[in-house]
Amino acid sequence: MKIVAVCGMGIGTSVLLKMNAEKVLAKLGIDADVEAADMGVARGAAQTAEIVLTSEELAEELGDVPAEVIIIKNFFDLEEITEKLTAAVE
Amino acid sequence: MAFNLAEALSSIQTQADASDWRDAIRLAGAGLVSGGATTAAYTDEMIDAVEKHGPYIVIAPGIALAHSRPSPAVLTGGLSWVSLATPVEFGNKANDPVTVVIGLAAVDHDAHLQVMRALAGVLSDGPAMERLRTATSSDEVRAVLGELAAAAA
Repeated sequence: MKIVAVCGMGIGTSVLLKMNAEKVLAKLGIDADVEAADMGVARGAAQTAEIVLTSEELAEELGDVPAEVIIIKNFFDLEEITEKLTAAVE
Repeated sequence: MAFNLAEALSSIQTQADASDWRDAIRLAGAGLVSGGATTAAYTDEMIDAVEKHGPYIVIAPGIALAHSRPSPAVLTGGLSWVSLATPVEFGNKANDPVTVVIGLAAVDHDAHLQVMRALAGVLSDGPAMERLRTATSSDEVRAVLGELAAAAA
């Protein structure tokens, strides 16, 4: 499974989101490749990914993509990430 | 011992006064500049990033990660820490108001991963963040970060 963590710049928030998503995926036993990307790269990557992780503001900016877009409010709330990823994978 | 985030901090300000979110980012930017991590132009780039993409840098309740992309304004890269005496609104629906602003500058997309891992560990530790939020000196911030690194060993 391919997952893209998106932020505006690709160096800060998306990297943190990727790290926490990987922790959650490992716990859930889901084999997935998580990529951190900025908005420009993400528009391309989101065409081939199954899931996009991002914040509410950026989801609006990203617009329509074929991937399922999951909005994370608190990037450090592993329970929120677990809940939303589990729901998306099922 | 795990990587101590204090070693990556080029500047720490506690209980600073900021009138609005731009002012708060300017404090974090000034910290990067004083530590030699960036030039002043990077501070404007961090503000531009929020103007362009919105207040998504408020990544958890009360915490803003101010940053822009690698650019000529980034000299060595680094982190700055600012806690605010009075919380400031960034316009983020889920996570306002902000009490801690962390300035981040990176020279490329890979160099700072060890720092980011340490930062993720600190920011996800609620009790530690409460102590960091209320700390009144840079020594106190460094002491808490040092304890966290030792505990994560």
